[in-house]
Amino acid sequence: MLSRTAENLFWIARYMERAETMARLLEVGARIALTPSAGHGYRSEWESLLQASGTADGFAEKYGDPVQRNIESYLFFDRDNPSSVISCIERARENARIVRTAITGQVWDTLNTAFQEIRQIERQPRSEWETTELCEWVARQSAMMRGAMDATMLRNDGFFFMNLGYALERADNTARLIDVKYFVLLPSVEMVGTGFDNYQWQVLLRALQSYRAFHWAYGGDITASKIADFLILNPASPRSLMSAMRKALHHLENIGRFYGDETASGPVQIRVRGLVRELEQTQVTEIFDEGLHEFLTRFIGEIGDLAGLVQRNYLSGDAR
Amino acid sequence: MTEYFNEMFDGGRVRQPYSGLDGWMREMPAELRAMKQAEAEALFRRIGITFAVYGEGGDPDRLIPFDMFPRVFTQSEWRKLERGIKQRARALNAFLLDVYGRGEIVRAGRIPARLVYQNEAYERAVSGFIPPRGIYSHIVGIDLVRTGPDEFYVLEDNCRTPSGVSYMLENREIMMRMFPQLFRENRIEPVDGYPDALRRTLASVAPAKCDREPTIAILTPGHFNSAYYEHSFLADLMGVELVEGADLFVEGGFCWMRTTEGPKKVDVIYRRIDDAFIDPLCFRPDSMLGVPGLMDVYRSGGVTICSAPGAGVADDKAIYTFVPEMVRFYLGEEPLLENVPTWQCAKPDDLKYVLDHLPELVVKEVHGSGGYGMLVGPKATKEQIETFRIKIQDNPVNYIAQPTLALSTTPTFVEEGVAPRHVDLRPYCLVGEKVELVPGGLTRVALTEGSLVVNSSQGGGVKDTWVLAE
Repeated sequence: MLSRTAENLFWIARYMERAETMARLLEVGARIALTPSAGHGYRSEWESLLQASGTADGFAEKYGDPVQRNIESYLFFDRDNPSSVISCIERARENARIVRTAITGQVWDTLNTAFQEIRQIERQPRSEWETTELCEWVARQSAMMRGAMDATMLRNDGFFFMNLGYALERADNTARLIDVKYFVLLPSVEMVGTGFDNYQWQVLLRALQSYRAFHWAYGGDITASKIADFLILNPASPRSLMSAMRKALHHLENIGRFYGDETASGPVQIRVRGLVRELEQTQVTEIFDEGLHEFLTRFIGEIGDLAGLVQRNYLSGDAR
Repeated sequence: MTEYFNEMFDGGRVRQPYSGLDGWMREMPAELRAMKQAEAEALFRRIGITFAVYGEGGDPDRLIPFDMFPRVFTQSEWRKLERGIKQRARALNAFLLDVYGRGEIVRAGRIPARLVYQNEAYERAVSGFIPPRGIYSHIVGIDLVRTGPDEFYVLEDNCRTPSGVSYMLENREIMMRMFPQLFRENRIEPVDGYPDALRRTLASVAPAKCDREPTIAILTPGHFNSAYYEHSFLADLMGVELVEGADLFVEGGFCWMRTTEGPKKVDVIYRRIDDAFIDPLCFRPDSMLGVPGLMDVYRSGGVTICSAPGAGVADDKAIYTFVPEMVRFYLGEEPLLENVPTWQCAKPDDLKYVLDHLPELVVKEVHGSGGYGMLVGPKATKEQIETFRIKIQDNPVNYIAQPTLALSTTPTFVEEGVAPRHVDLRPYCLVGEKVELVPGGLTRVALTEGSLVVNSSQGGGVKDTWVLAE
């Protein structure tokens, strides 16, 4: 497969996952806005959402104060924001158009329809759409995309590169969300374990669409260590770092074998195997000992390095 | 008032090829028509067949209007056309092989040397080189117009990279999907063999150095090009890679593409970029689209480029006049398809005639395409004619003129119902080990009432083109 094709496929998946994360964030924001504030107001929550999405600076430059309506526009419809839902979907679709030959008709159809629809939605008066409806629409596109991929794509390198894109983007997004919660939302260490803290954890779980799953898996009170365990180490949690990294490993092994390396032991595979092993051998207490923020910062760096390694070995066409 | 040949109605009588469509047309309720038209448009958008017009701005995902009323040929009409088209494609290739070789036709005084060797499209870089099977133009698009039951004229030849074949294929797909009944009732020759025929053609001209199943790639300028959809569509149907210049590199006398498994050798390149952009070392040094060193590999037989660099000299509008002469000279046959009579403004006598008769002529730029920069005398205002007169006088060599042809019409769906609109035809002739033509082509239609300009950049639409089986 052309390196450029693999690169485009990898990025289609990353953009679609990112679009979904943006929509989830927005949904959580809208939810918080509907909840009476316990004396701390929701304004700071909106700010923290912007932080979580990594778009706070861009927003401040364009709009100044975080007003809900502006934030919604910025996260959803603003092309100046490279991470907005519309930017992500347009770029996913443009990448797909470029490699139209490497995806199935159904996958193209899903992306192209999403693109046509969001452009229509954009032209309609905003009053016709509730924020939750918009977010559900994105989640639906994302689900259809995965379904179309799963149901119709050949299990070849193209499929593996797309899934690798999903896995790395998800790991990155989850790590950033936890980090923001812990580092940005929480003003001081003394508040750990207070009612305020728990409420914010709940918000995070909702953002990751894992609120119910968490209760099924753990039961009892929400505690920081349970949540960290759930979102970082629990292989049953679909958005945990463990799940995402295992998925990355799985597809990198597929890629290695697909290209005739029976033991799948190229430099990329060795690296990702090391990361998974590290997660498997880590206890949640050790993460808190290292410091959650420090752990996450290191991990985000590791994911970036891994993506760089994938780029050098497969996507640049310079390998061998 | 000019009489136009209507391909369906001869007075009140329905001509035989269209007998299967008369009832369909009359029985279709207006609502159903509107519904089907909307359905067709939605299908085109979903598939992603759009067309961007250079420098026009606006919607980059513009659709070429699709008219659901098919254009029909009988088997015997088609056979005649087919023979004429293949003959012409062979003659054009013989001409190219000759002018990059000994230039017999010039030595024989049948074509002025100036028109060939001083032509902008003449590529000195390939002079003396013989491509595999001696073929230069592997895909020849020949634009035809019709003026009567048996009168067809060649409007122009396209020997480089004629576009539009994806519309021929998709128009048919969409018609079959929307009106399956029509295909049950009429026996229509299929066109879906084109991608396979194209792949066979390309594989048949692999370089001698290639000792295995050749690897074929389509070279595109990229996804911003207006015909990108077509490039990717053809790559998909043929099962070959679609590459950009940056995906290719040259090493050890071969051309390679960058893949996830390392470099892979490419044997045949179907290029959809202009000569000037193929190789920055050989042509335009500022080209970002091409592959440095590719021409050296080509000339040493490491890769075949289709159509060959330099093929454009055969489809130049000044050379066009001599194509019937090529048929006689190389094939020893009488041309089966006629040229439109053409005045060369470069010749003083012709120039005088053209300037005296501007209101009744069509004037074109020698190197122009896409319906840009032309004057349609009978439809032009006095001012437009006078402006053009000055342009021609300033640079006569740059212009040719032809009589305004009475282009045939076919019924077309319009706002008010069905009305005659002018059409042309572009069939795609493949030249490789064999000379092949799928039974069909792209019919372009001028949707504006009375308009004779069918180019999509000038508001033209497209139709499905049927050849009836016997």
